[in-house]
Amino acid sequence: MPRKLPKKDIVIIGLGWTGSIMANELTDEGLDVIAIERGPWRDAPTQFPTNYAQDELRYRIRHELFLRPEQNTFTFRNKMDQTALPIRDWGSFMPPNGVGGGGVHWNAETWRFLPTDFVLRTHLTERYGAAFLPEDMTIQDFGATYDELEPHYDAFEYLCGTSGTAGNLRGQIQEGGNPFEGPRSRPYPTPAQKQPFSHTLFAKAARDLGYKPFPQPSGNLSQAYKNPLGLRMGPCTYCGFCEWFGCGNYSKASPQTTILPHLIRKSNFTARDNSEVVQINLDRSGKRATGVTFVDTGGVEWEQPADLVILSAYTLFNVQMLLHSKIGAPYDPVANKGVVGRNFTHQTISTVNGFFDNKKFNFNPFIASGSIGMCIDEFNGDNFDHGPLGFVGGGYMGQVQTGGRPIQSTGVPPGTPKWGAAWKSAVRDNYLSSVRPGTGVHGSFYSYRDVYLDLDPTYKDRFGRPLMRMTIDFHDNEIKQNAYLTDKFAEIIRAMGAHTLEKVYRKAPYDATDYQTTHLNGGVIMGTDPTTSVINRYLQSWDVPNLFVTGASAFPQNAGYNPTGTVAALAFWAATAIRGQYLKNPGPLIHA
Amino acid sequence: MRNAAKFSIAIGAAATWVAAAGVSGAADPDGQAFDRIEKGHYLTTVADCFACHTALNGGKPFAGGRPIETPFGNITSSNITPDNETGIGAWSDQQFDDAVRKGVRPDGSRLYPAMPFPAYTKMTHDDVMAIRAYLATIEPVHQPVRANTLPFPFNIRLAMRAWDALYFTEGEFRPDSQQSPAWNRGAYLVQGPGHCTACHTPKSFLGGDKTSYNLRGFNLQGWFAPDITGDAGEGLGQWSEADITSYLKTGHNRVTAATGPMAEEVVNSTSQYDDDDLRAIATYLKSLPGQQAAAPAQAEQSTMIAGEAIYRDQCSACHGLDGQGVAMLFPSLVQSSLTHASDPASAIRLVLRGARSVATKAEPTAPGMPSFGWQLDDAQVAAVLTYIRNAWKTAAAPVSPDVVRNARDQLSTRSD
Amino acid sequence: MDRLSAGFSMAMRRRDFLAGTAILVVNTMESRATVISGALPWTPNAGSPPVSVRPGPWHYFTSDEGRAIEAMADRIIPQDPQTPGGKDSGCAVFIDRQLAGPYGRAEGHYTGPPFMPGTKQQGPQSADGPAATYRKALAAVDRYCQSTYQGKRFPDLSDEQKDELLKNIEDGKTKLEGVDGQSFFAQVIKDTQEGFFADPLYGGNRDMVAWKMIGYPGARYNYLDWVERHNERFPLPPVSLIGRADWSPKT
Repeated sequence: MPRKLPKKDIVIIGLGWTGSIMANELTDEGLDVIAIERGPWRDAPTQFPTNYAQDELRYRIRHELFLRPEQNTFTFRNKMDQTALPIRDWGSFMPPNGVGGGGVHWNAETWRFLPTDFVLRTHLTERYGAAFLPEDMTIQDFGATYDELEPHYDAFEYLCGTSGTAGNLRGQIQEGGNPFEGPRSRPYPTPAQKQPFSHTLFAKAARDLGYKPFPQPSGNLSQAYKNPLGLRMGPCTYCGFCEWFGCGNYSKASPQTTILPHLIRKSNFTARDNSEVVQINLDRSGKRATGVTFVDTGGVEWEQPADLVILSAYTLFNVQMLLHSKIGAPYDPVANKGVVGRNFTHQTISTVNGFFDNKKFNFNPFIASGSIGMCIDEFNGDNFDHGPLGFVGGGYMGQVQTGGRPIQSTGVPPGTPKWGAAWKSAVRDNYLSSVRPGTGVHGSFYSYRDVYLDLDPTYKDRFGRPLMRMTIDFHDNEIKQNAYLTDKFAEIIRAMGAHTLEKVYRKAPYDATDYQTTHLNGGVIMGTDPTTSVINRYLQSWDVPNLFVTGASAFPQNAGYNPTGTVAALAFWAATAIRGQYLKNPGPLIHA
Repeated sequence: MRNAAKFSIAIGAAATWVAAAGVSGAADPDGQAFDRIEKGHYLTTVADCFACHTALNGGKPFAGGRPIETPFGNITSSNITPDNETGIGAWSDQQFDDAVRKGVRPDGSRLYPAMPFPAYTKMTHDDVMAIRAYLATIEPVHQPVRANTLPFPFNIRLAMRAWDALYFTEGEFRPDSQQSPAWNRGAYLVQGPGHCTACHTPKSFLGGDKTSYNLRGFNLQGWFAPDITGDAGEGLGQWSEADITSYLKTGHNRVTAATGPMAEEVVNSTSQYDDDDLRAIATYLKSLPGQQAAAPAQAEQSTMIAGEAIYRDQCSACHGLDGQGVAMLFPSLVQSSLTHASDPASAIRLVLRGARSVATKAEPTAPGMPSFGWQLDDAQVAAVLTYIRNAWKTAAAPVSPDVVRNARDQLSTRSD
Repeated sequence: MDRLSAGFSMAMRRRDFLAGTAILVVNTMESRATVISGALPWTPNAGSPPVSVRPGPWHYFTSDEGRAIEAMADRIIPQDPQTPGGKDSGCAVFIDRQLAGPYGRAEGHYTGPPFMPGTKQQGPQSADGPAATYRKALAAVDRYCQSTYQGKRFPDLSDEQKDELLKNIEDGKTKLEGVDGQSFFAQVIKDTQEGFFADPLYGGNRDMVAWKMIGYPGARYNYLDWVERHNERFPLPPVSLIGRADWSPKT
């Protein structure tokens, strides 16, 4: 029998990026807010200080800052006719754990989606006709538009101090920025980061080929900054230990550097760490959330009653929470009914490694930041004519190499043996003169009827509940998209002066052991129609109006960009709706 | 004639300035009571009674019970709420004044100078009564406090008579007519209710102020409270008035940040001072002459080379390759009096244990410094501190590995 | 300076006011649940700095197993005039200490049954962690060698014989009894090369020889003055998380 705690106005599940944004916004309304986080409190000087954060083995290879599968994991299969088996150790993605969530270990690549990304089905149908899209592709419009979200993208970028060069200022295309981006109301708060050698060489090669390269928008700041909450950050020092690692010198945007020190001082805010919410509780009608039940590390169950519940956990855990709490109809791919778990997507990643003459090129790959890189957007979204190509979607591409950490950056040219004297001398000869972009091609992943999440029939978690099951594979559309983009990318790497290329195309089947970013999306998608979405355009549950669900679980499909900027913009958008409309008149904001 | 008038106005102004900021002289009794309580509230904050007289972790305000660490053992602070039995509710005004400004309790026994009466003696009677008026409005808390917790022989309060005779000079602050009203106000605050001398003035072996070294710095509980005179090398000589006021008000300035015991002081006390009072303090402190210290000993070349290597590899990512840090975020080592202090205790402590700088409403970031004690041995800590103290335009005496080792040993017994 | 002569302090005891009303959090992976409000938590010496591997006897391997892994590491990364091989650079020590710790036990992995073989994309589905796998596989290699090479064990073979055998295991031409030889050898390559390039505090990459070999400057945090120095060799020597020789004053 859970012990009952005193009621709060608002309970927030998960204190990552969106949990922190929601907590900060809603405490400003004078309401009592508690955030409950499964993992530990995290803080730079004590958890990732400048004197031991830069440990590749500990934080990248053994991934110490991440969730342990033993605490929660998923089963995986490619196709519906296979048996799903547990992901016993992480591979293709890696969920965060702890206060700050993914905001602690992310690269801070801070993109906006294109305006067309938000009205994807409408736009593609208009341009290419409905028959151009595969029959089992289930892409949808978001229900909110780029123009509606623009002020919230702006709010997030100014919260973070994002470093970049604007490409489109109120409709005017700007030299040096991304000419394809949606219009922004004002420039980035800080100038773009300076670029190391290989990144500028890529830009030159891209320009020579007729493209318009621009610096990747970076949450690793180019200079000292004070954000609107009065919090200060320092300049990034290009340590090359960004994604997978916490930042030791207050130069990476995270909840820790941009929100929490301000938030924690508010007397109406409390955080609980090492406490895992296991259920959202409903009243008898099933239409009203009464609060949450959570378990602390002592194994004790508690109930936290609240008037408003914000589910701000990582994508997969949002879906899992709704399934376990029996909120919303679970998706059935055979009957094509139900909503929770549908439109599950990832990202379509590939790269091209380039090997250069070490007597002419010294790239010092260890000098890098997480969002360094010169990119081109000519092949993203619908920025190019797909008619002759037979696929839809695309992504940005760039020399976005974020470090030269030796365990992972000592790749050798194709055909080199994997061990022995030849391997050793190839490593010696190529480390300083190779280009290894990592997520060089960062493509979209559209949604399909047979790519989804549901509960596993066999495997259980430590509470005896079913694990969530992922059924995911690449479809021809994404494979074609990726082949086309990878070839274009290879041309640029060649034009930089590489003597040997290693093209690493993305191929089916989807491999759960091969890391492909943690940009998982969908399962609790937003939309305008309750039969094909779980939440409305304000991220409010259609079934339980005093429940809002933030995060990339809202995306009906993934675009060709890192998701965090859009995830944060949607959180600000939802917070605005809650503050401006819901709190005055609790109840459904949209009557479908 | 005009000069005389100016002169008397100046005196009058100084007197009013010094002692009675904010008190209305109007004849309305209620108005006066309210003003006096407000003034008392402000002065209580300046004197920071709350910090010592409130127990940690949820103690009731001013109800005492906080252990005050002294080299002779712990003293427990008394209950100064208006409770008649266990607090000061039954005390007369004179008895309260005698305790604060003379160190004598109603029963005639002496207070130990953990209660900084040698500084509070400088307060005016009016100010002390205002504090009393404010304390009388605090919620009375019935909480007996066993105050005499020092071990034998230090629990013999009678010995304080002798101590007082040696070290205690009773008497109100006397304004200096040669100085401006602001200077006098600053001097009054620093020497009197602000009791800065309690931490920042060196003490004799019996704990009395070495008054000829006023505010030149003092080592207590593993920290060195630095020189806050206008000394260019070790004190505030290179700080502007704005640097001082920013530090006291927000805990941060372009050069450094408050941490350790000063962080508590900033949050509880100085961050709530009037801006005029902060400027007055700055005026006073900067006027205090520096010492004509001899040039410090030269650092060994091999030490500087090692220190530079450590600095580049480990310190520069925050404190900058030029030692200038990032304003309001990472202190500037070049200009920091903490790093150049004659007694490097605070610098050693920061390097070994790490620290968090203070969070105030104006500056909530509170950046933290990691601990290096696990990573650097005594010779390395000494080398990098010697480097920092001598690498840029300033110079200070080298730090020896022995001093680091002693500090490390003593700090290992501390839990704070 | 003893306490009596330290002077009678009139100052307050240093409390952790910086923590405000916060209850302090113990910073380990296995922390207890806490409530945080009012201020950011702080304790001195907090965090979990890395603990260096100390040289000495094997923690996990038997002496035969240790010899065998040393021999394998020396074929995976052979000695050459410029840079030591896998054995002398400490790769076997690295693997031994890793197997003796959480990595060897597959700590944190999901170990719920049933264990069923799956597709390559579904990842490893064995109940054995790395430590158990190494033990089984090294025993199988040992048995194979003794029966194939007239009683000789793996370290006693010639370099050519070692390379040939490893290649055959790698290609699947030689099967090991009771164990997936291909997957085992891929693991040994991975672990050896990780030990070679990891921070020396973990036992491999002794004296940062691997980092010197490739020109990697080590566990540094500040390259701000080098970002725009394109195509220039970075001149500073590598530094480990536990420092470098230059940190200590030369007497």
